[in-house]
This record gives sequence, structure tokens and C-alpha cells, in this order.
Amino acid sequence: MTQAPEAPARTRAQIGERTFRKDPWWRAPRITAAGLTIWVLYAVVRVFMGHWYWVPQYHYLTPFYSPCVSGECVPGSSALGRWIPAVPPIIPYAFVSLVFVLGFRLTCYYYRRAYYRAFWRSPGACAVREPHARYTGETRFPLIGQNLHRYFLYMAVLIAILLSYDAAQAFRGPHGNFGFGLGSLIMLANVILLWGYTLGCHSCRHITAGRLNNFSSHPLRYRLWTRVSWLNARHMQFAWITLGTLMLTDLYIMLVASGAFSDPRIFN
Amino acid sequence: MDDAVFSDEIDRYRYDVVVVGAGGSGLRAAIEARMCGKKTAVISKSLLGKAHTVMAEGGCAAAMGNMNPRDNWQVHFRDTMRGGKFLNNWRMAELHAKEAPDRVYELEAWGALFDRTSDGRISQRNFGGHEYPRLAHVGDRTGLEMIRTLQQQVVALQQADAAALGDPEAMIKVFAETTVTDLLLEKGNPGRPRVPKRIAGAFGYFRDTGRFVLFEAPAVVLATGGIGKAYKVTSNSWEYTGDGHALALRAGATLLNMEFVQLHPTGMVWPPSVRGILVTESVRGDGGVLRNSEGKRFMFDYVPDVFRAQYAETEEEADGWYDDPDHNRRPPELLPRDEVARSINSEVKAGRGSPHGGVFLDIASRRPADYILRRLPSMYHQFKELADVDITREPMEIGPTCHYVMGGVEVDPDTGAASVPGLFAAGEVSGGMHGSNRLGGNSLSDLLVFGRRAGLGAARYVSALPFRPVVPAAAVSAAVATALEPLHRTEGESPYAVHGELQQLMFDLVGLIRRESELKTALVELDKLRARAAQVCAPGGRAYNPGWHLALDLRNMLVVADCVAQAALERQESRGGHTRDDYPGMSAEWRKVNLVCSLGGDGTVSLRHQPMPAMREDLLTLFDLAELKKYMTEDELAGLAEGSGVFAEETH
Amino acid sequence: MGYQASLRVWRGDAGTGKLTDYQVEVNEGEVVLDVLHRLQATQASDLAIRWNCKAGKCGSCSMEINGRPRLACMTRMSVFVPDETLTITPMRTFPVIRDLVTDVSFNYVKARQIPSFTPPPSVKPGEFRMQQVDVNRSQEFRKCIECFLCQNTCHVIRDHADNERPFAGPRFLMRIAELEMHPADVADRREIAQDDFGLGYCNITKCCTEVCPEHIKITDNALIPMKERVVGRKYDPVVWLGDKIARRTRRDTAKVPNTR
Repeated sequence: MTQAPEAPARTRAQIGERTFRKDPWWRAPRITAAGLTIWVLYAVVRVFMGHWYWVPQYHYLTPFYSPCVSGECVPGSSALGRWIPAVPPIIPYAFVSLVFVLGFRLTCYYYRRAYYRAFWRSPGACAVREPHARYTGETRFPLIGQNLHRYFLYMAVLIAILLSYDAAQAFRGPHGNFGFGLGSLIMLANVILLWGYTLGCHSCRHITAGRLNNFSSHPLRYRLWTRVSWLNARHMQFAWITLGTLMLTDLYIMLVASGAFSDPRIFN
Repeated sequence: MDDAVFSDEIDRYRYDVVVVGAGGSGLRAAIEARMCGKKTAVISKSLLGKAHTVMAEGGCAAAMGNMNPRDNWQVHFRDTMRGGKFLNNWRMAELHAKEAPDRVYELEAWGALFDRTSDGRISQRNFGGHEYPRLAHVGDRTGLEMIRTLQQQVVALQQADAAALGDPEAMIKVFAETTVTDLLLEKGNPGRPRVPKRIAGAFGYFRDTGRFVLFEAPAVVLATGGIGKAYKVTSNSWEYTGDGHALALRAGATLLNMEFVQLHPTGMVWPPSVRGILVTESVRGDGGVLRNSEGKRFMFDYVPDVFRAQYAETEEEADGWYDDPDHNRRPPELLPRDEVARSINSEVKAGRGSPHGGVFLDIASRRPADYILRRLPSMYHQFKELADVDITREPMEIGPTCHYVMGGVEVDPDTGAASVPGLFAAGEVSGGMHGSNRLGGNSLSDLLVFGRRAGLGAARYVSALPFRPVVPAAAVSAAVATALEPLHRTEGESPYAVHGELQQLMFDLVGLIRRESELKTALVELDKLRARAAQVCAPGGRAYNPGWHLALDLRNMLVVADCVAQAALERQESRGGHTRDDYPGMSAEWRKVNLVCSLGGDGTVSLRHQPMPAMREDLLTLFDLAELKKYMTEDELAGLAEGSGVFAEETH
Repeated sequence: MGYQASLRVWRGDAGTGKLTDYQVEVNEGEVVLDVLHRLQATQASDLAIRWNCKAGKCGSCSMEINGRPRLACMTRMSVFVPDETLTITPMRTFPVIRDLVTDVSFNYVKARQIPSFTPPPSVKPGEFRMQQVDVNRSQEFRKCIECFLCQNTCHVIRDHADNERPFAGPRFLMRIAELEMHPADVADRREIAQDDFGLGYCNITKCCTEVCPEHIKITDNALIPMKERVVGRKYDPVVWLGDKIARRTRRDTAKVPNTR
């Protein structure tokens, strides 16, 4: 015992168990995976359906079809005009915006966390061993592309403006005068929440003032930053709520457009 | 050097300066020594950045005058002397007050981020005993900010050395989780016994492996902090076992005024496992008040005569002070710590305490929740997590807790040099600066001011040495034997049991209120504990064996406890952190006496009286003669004209 | 009030060890560290635990309690039910010294590689003027008590020891963010944040934030803003084009030599 001990080569504690967590850590990633899968399946079905996206008498256009730029779009639904005569069936009518909407959400810092955890399980939950032998994160192609998030944000802002226009159109009654129904309100709520999601984006926070080190010399940008930061702290909530409202808005318009349901009018 | 006993069992290092302790003063001393070009080692009992300095909450006192331009070093000096009841070493108090602002600015230049004023300067907060808002702070985690900044400055220096010399540890290296058990002196010249032996090195062990280590160094700076772990209810961490005090004693240095132990008035009292954990004084500085079980703000009843002029007499006046300090006097909750601790003790004894034996500290009813959360985030966190109390809604239950030892190694004020050549001390382990009671916020500034001075003193001492003292082989083998004793024993008491009894004994008999009979009992009991401690057994190996570590620390705690008890018995008056039930008054005669502890060759502690150095006259004139008369004898004031104190008036 | 708790404590050293069962008394209001101390004082005097302040301020007593990385001093026993067996293991990411104590020197090595605070040479001590709004962000990161729970939890190194070299871990990426946002710092660590400290390895799954005992929003306030700054420096095609056209050359702060 009095022999001077040699410093042994140190290794980590050899513990075989993947985790000792006793709480249901597997629950959250499963819920996330289920939620995202359901939404993606719904969205795929809807964007390729090619029907029931426009309610002509109330000017309701589902966000999944805005802007409708194909020559096949029904008259009235193409606010930005019809750019090409027709698209092949594997391309949705609103491909112009969908690719950016999809890109914006895919590269979103919140969704990245959600799908890395839920689908890739790196990690499935904190302090639970992940199943991969190697890990390089976002240092290589293709994931290094996540760094382009801010460009998707720029496009998402343009799309949000377009959807705001669509929502405004929904406040025109059957004769073109002011009027609104339940659908108009749903579209309005949807677009407000979409703004909340879009402006609460981490890239937006960076651009408004996050990149500065001297807020005090940019009081206006600092104020904007505090607002964006407020939204940003709720980015996850907005991310899920807007998935829900997008789906709900689309579903509502589909039901009204298909005639399964008639829009309760509140005014005109 | 005789290498016979130096087998490969002991790691050996050569340094110019070895700093024992990696808290605020240790790191500051090391930075200074390294900046003087000395090869420096920092030895830390725990990991770097974990030292007890992180526990300091309120702030760092420095008369920068950012909040009130009337503040200056003279006012700070005066507050410090008053807080210490004039038992302070005046020269240390002077240096401290003069140099603290520069030390704070220096931290800022090293990356510290203090809270700001609206014009971008360092914000300062009110604290007990300080006339003006004076404490530079970061919320209520100032100590963390300070130690992190110093730690990062050490790293910055290492980076410079890495670039210049190729090795980041070429000039300054931190030995984390390493304990020093003995200081080693040179052999000396038997023909000249009166020439004091010089420091030649330090001996210790690495906690993780248990390997022994010898540092050969001509200068050692002690920066080991305090002795709180000798007490049961304490805000101090396990490291505070009086190592530096004991090392100094055993090396032949002296300790000053060890009877003065500060009990912080506000420690947590419930639940039992967190009893003693500190509740920062900023709670009171930011508006919190003390109430007894009847809801009364009792502190108005306890303002002593010497402070009568500076403290409010009504709640209205006290409440007015927070916004208009120029026209209202301070609330009595902000009296120096010793006064507040004694008052709380009296209330509890009179049966007006809280359910768990403390009193109530209430900020919830006085400040809005968001203000509390912003100013006192870690207090909120601490009570929420540990006691399930929401301090924005309910009052806290608090009581006195052992917090700080004013006494310590007797040092030269300017260089931090102890009486043993080559030995230096700074921070809590050194004595004199705070007199009989330390003001809140003066600790962090003390660490910086005297850490730097000790580092500088050590570096200059090394430069002036004609040759390096040599470590005698016999001293090393003796140190090895002592360290191994508890491990060698196969049977004996657990060190935890002896430690527990020591803590209880010190808290009961040498605590806040002391009596001759109890102190005598304590000394007898300490003798018994010492005998038992010499027989404790720590089973297990040498690698990270906390039982063994405690057995070695016990030796230090016991000798320091002996000093405290003896000095407490000797000083027949009540002053600051020393309250004698049987001598309740403050005595001007005793003010002239420093009690100096030393260790005899047989291991017994002895005590002698030493006259208090007389204060320089220009400093004396900072005070009103009437005030000085409360503290000093007629003889001392004989030379002073009635018209003194003019300067003091001018600064008002 | 007291009861006997069942504990399974990992005991061992370099490489070998096992979970050992103990029964220890628990009293009201106690935290896990109290119970471990009682175990140490009554049954296992050589049980190695690293701790200091016991008030959640120093970050020494990091360990894994029922699989969750936590500070033992801030984990109240009342969050567990009395008949629950507590499994207590050392942090898994760091080499074990003995029992619950790990060798965290990895962190100190990483700390030394980050270029230090660099104020403008013209500003003398005492002349700094900074507004509270400008220091708020870095102050949040400076609340860090260096418990290294985030480092331990981060799957990048926890599950892939080979990433220890290229990846500095959340604590030190946050340190870079702290310096980059410091209003008086003039160095530029954006490129090395990505290339030498492995910011790109972070996939923002937020476990660091989840375990932080100081509740610092490491991911949202430090890592993601830092990633965005790196994008501005390295990946923004418009910035890149602008630099090419204007023939701007960016000067990053040099790596610290001889620290790897």
C-alpha cells in the first residue's frame, strides 16, 4: 500500500448499458416521428391531388397551391399568373414555393433537432447511446448545406407575403366586395402564425441584430431583435402549430371546395 | 542534495515561486509572479476554477466612485477601519483602499464583464458598512466572474508562453487536485542558530493517484483561504481546513488575532442538509429586511453607539435611503456583519425566531418579482432548488453561519512576507487587513490587492536571493512518513467521526458567543481530539481516497482550532468577530494588543501579546476625534488636536 | 421522516468497475450528495466523490443519477420515490479516476486552445465603456460553472470518442461565442470555430441546454448564433462574392500555437 502508485492509463468507465434512464425517454422522439410522418404523408397526397384547392366564390386558395403557376391551375387561383402551360404529374402546381417552404423547414434549426433525434437517433434522447459508429455532424456534404438556411428564410418571407395576399383575398365576398367566412378567419390565423414561425427563425434573429456586438449603437435593430428573440424562444411551438394550421387550412379548403361542407359566412 | 531517500516514488519539480491555493489571491499572485518572469506553480486542492472564491456573491469593494463621485479611497479606508473596529493593520487597509480600483479595472481588461451603469461604467452596489455604493458586481455571482477571469488570464499567459517558448506550461503550471502537507525549510547553519531558516520547498501529494510530489522552490505564497470546515454550520467548502494557517505555523511563522471569526448573519437554516449555505448580503443591500416571528424589523433595536450617527432610526428614513442616500441614513440591516449576526442570535434566544431557529429575511414584500430575479438570480435558484422556497413570494429563513476568519498569517503589509524568509501569504489566510470584522465586499478586493502584492513580493525576494536554499533529505522523508501514517494503521477511528466532533465542539463552545468556562472546556476537549486524530485510520489505497485526505486535513484543523480557542480565551473583551459573554464591552486597552500565535517545537501552541502599530497621523485625521475616542485610549490620542477630522468633514 | 434508500453506486477505477449496492439512511430535505457523504462516512470511507461548495456554484459534483447527468448537490432526494433504487455512475464521457470521479482534463486542454480575450490595444484598464445591453449576452455564458455536464452529455464526443480531437464541446463553443459577442473584443474566431473547434459537428439537438444546471440557453443563444456568424464568414455565397469583387481579404485571429 505504501508503494507509490503509478498513474494508470485512464479509460472511460466501462458500462455496458445503453442508458440508466428510467423515465420514458423514448416517448418524445416517437411522438415527433409520428407527427412529422403524418404531416408529410398528408402533404404529399394533397400537393399531388390537383383538385379542391380553390374555392372560387370566396377566393380561398390553400397554401399548398400558392402560387399556382401551372397552365392547369383553375382560373382565378393564379395570382402571379400561369408561367408554364403544364407540369408533369410528379411536379406540384406550386412547385416554386413548395421547394422553398420544404427547404426552409428542413434546414430550420428546430426541425433539424427534431428529425435528427426522431429519425436519425443521433441522439434519440440525451445521454442515451446512439446507434451509429461514426458521426461527422454537419461538417460534410450534404448536411453542410444546412448553412444555407438564411437563403431559405429570404424566400420564406416572400412566400409569407404571398400567403398574406391570399389571406387578404379571402376577405372578398362572392361579388368581390368585402366579406368573410370561417375559412377567411382560418386563413388569416394561419398566415399570422406562419409569420410568427418565419420571423422567429434563428437566421432572422441573426440578421436583425444578432450579428452585432454593440446593440446600444443600433437601438432600433436591438428592439427588433428583442421581438424576434421573443418569437425565437417559442420557435418549436410555432413550428408545430403552423404544421397543424397549414394542414387544417388546407383540409378546410379541400372540404369546402369539394362541396362536402359549406363555408359558414359571417359577413357577406 | 542528498538523493538517497528520493527514489522514483516522488515526483520532483523546480519552480521559482510556488503558490499554494488557486482561489482569487492565489491566481492573482501567480499571475504577478509569472509577469515578473518567475517560473511559477499554482497548487490547487480542487480543480482549477472551483475554489471557494466562486461562492462570493455580493461583489468586490473598490472606491471607483462610479455611483457616487464622493467616494474615494479615504472613505473606503475609513469604512474598513470602522468595520474592523480599528483593530485592522492600518497600512493594509490603506493599501487595500488605494489599490482596489486598479485591480478591478485590470480584471475588466482581462475580459471580466461587470454589470454596467447607464453611462457604461462599472456599476456598484450598496453593502453593509460601506458608506457609498461601492461593490463592483455581476448579479450575485461576482466571485465566479472573478475566478473565471483570473483563470482565463492564466490561460492567456500560458498561450503567450506556448507561442514564445513552445510549451504552455513553461512558465506557469497549475497542479490541480494536489494537496501540500508540509513546507520544507533549508537545513540552516548550526553555527548561526539565530539566522532564520529559509523556505526551500513544499511537499504534498496528488489527490487522484496518491503519488507524492516535491516542489523545490525558494518562495512559497500561501493562498489557502480559511478555516470554516472546523465549524459545523459554515458557508465554507471542504477545502477550508486551515491548511495555510497550519503550514505557516509548522514552518515557524506566526498567526495574528485568530480569535476573530466572522459569522455571516445570513446563512440558510432549513433544510438541515443545506444549513449554513450563504445567503448574500446583497439581499439586504437591494432592499431586503430582517424580521422576527412577530413581523418586527428588529434591527432598529440593535444599533450600537459607535454607529448611531450613521444609521436610520425609523423605517421611513431607512426606506428613503435606497433612493436618496444623501438625505437619509442607512437602514440598520446594513450594519457590519458582526452586529447583525449578534442581533439575530439575541432575537432567536429571546424566543422570537423562525420555526427552524433563524429569523426571516424578507425581500418578497418589498421588491417586485422581476427586480428580485434580475438582481439575485442565484439566490432565487438556490432557495427554489434546495429549500423549495420562492423568494419572490415568501421570506427566507436565515441564521448566522461561519463564514470567514479575520485572523491569519502575520505578514508585512507591502509584500505579504511572513516572518519565515521565503514565505508569503495573501487573502483570507493572511491576517490583519480586516481587523476584528471584515466588511462584505472587502474580501474580493483583498484577494486582488494582496494577491498581487504577495506575488510581487515573492518574485522580488527570489530575484534578490544569492542562491537557492536546498531541501534537506531528512525533511522529505519525515513528510512522507507523516503523510502515510493514517494509511499504515490497520485499526483506528474513522477520521469522519473525529471531524464531526471537532465541528460540533467549535460551533458550540468557540462559536458566536464565547465564555471563559466554555473556552477552557473546549481546550481540554481539543487536546483529547488531537490524541484521537493521531490514531485515525483510513482504509483503502492511495488513489483518490477521501478518508485519507481528511485524516491529513484534520491535523491542520486541530492546530488552527487550538489557536482560535486560546486566543479567544485570552482576549477579554468583545469586538467584531469575537464576542465574550463575560466581557461584553469593547476595551481601548485591548485594541492596542495583537494576539500572536506560534507553534513550539513540541507541537504546542503558544500565544503572546504584541503591540498594535500606531496609525500614521494623516490617516488618523481622516476620523473625527469624537469617533476615535470611542476606540482609542487617551494616551494614543494625546498628540491629536481637537480640530482633527477636518478632512473627514470635507469629504462629506 | 428518514428512510433507507437503495443505492447502486459504480465503484472501480481505470476500466474495471461494477455497480455496488448499498442501503443508506435519508433524511428530510437532503440531496443526493448528502446521501453519498453519509455512505462515505458510515460504510465506504474510500468512496471517491469530487465536490466542493455543495450549493450548485462550483460545478464539481457532476455525475449521472439514474442515467441523467446532474449535479449531486442540486438533486433533491424528494424527486425520487423512497422504494426506487438510485443508480449512480460517473460521467461516461471522461476517463474515470476512481468511483465517481473522472479525469476532466480534456476540458482544460480545450480551454487553452481558444484565442483569449483581445481588447483593442488603445483601450487602457479603466477606460472600458460598455452598455448593459451589450454585455447581457456574454454575461449569460459567463454564468457557466464549468461542471462539464454539457460536455459529458453531448453525443458528439460521448458516443464518438474519435471526435474528441476535432470537437471542443458545447462549453467551449459557448466560450467562443462569449468572446465573439464581447463588445470590447476585436479578434475574429469564426473560421477557427468551424475548422478547429468543430462547430459543424454540433447538430443542435440541445442536450447541452437540457442538462445545464445554470439554465444557460447554450444552443439557442450561443451555438446557433455562432453557427450563423460562421455562415456569414464562410458559407454565405453573397458575402463570398462580395469579398471576391471587392478583393477583400479577411484576417482571422491566428490559432494558438503549441497547444494541441
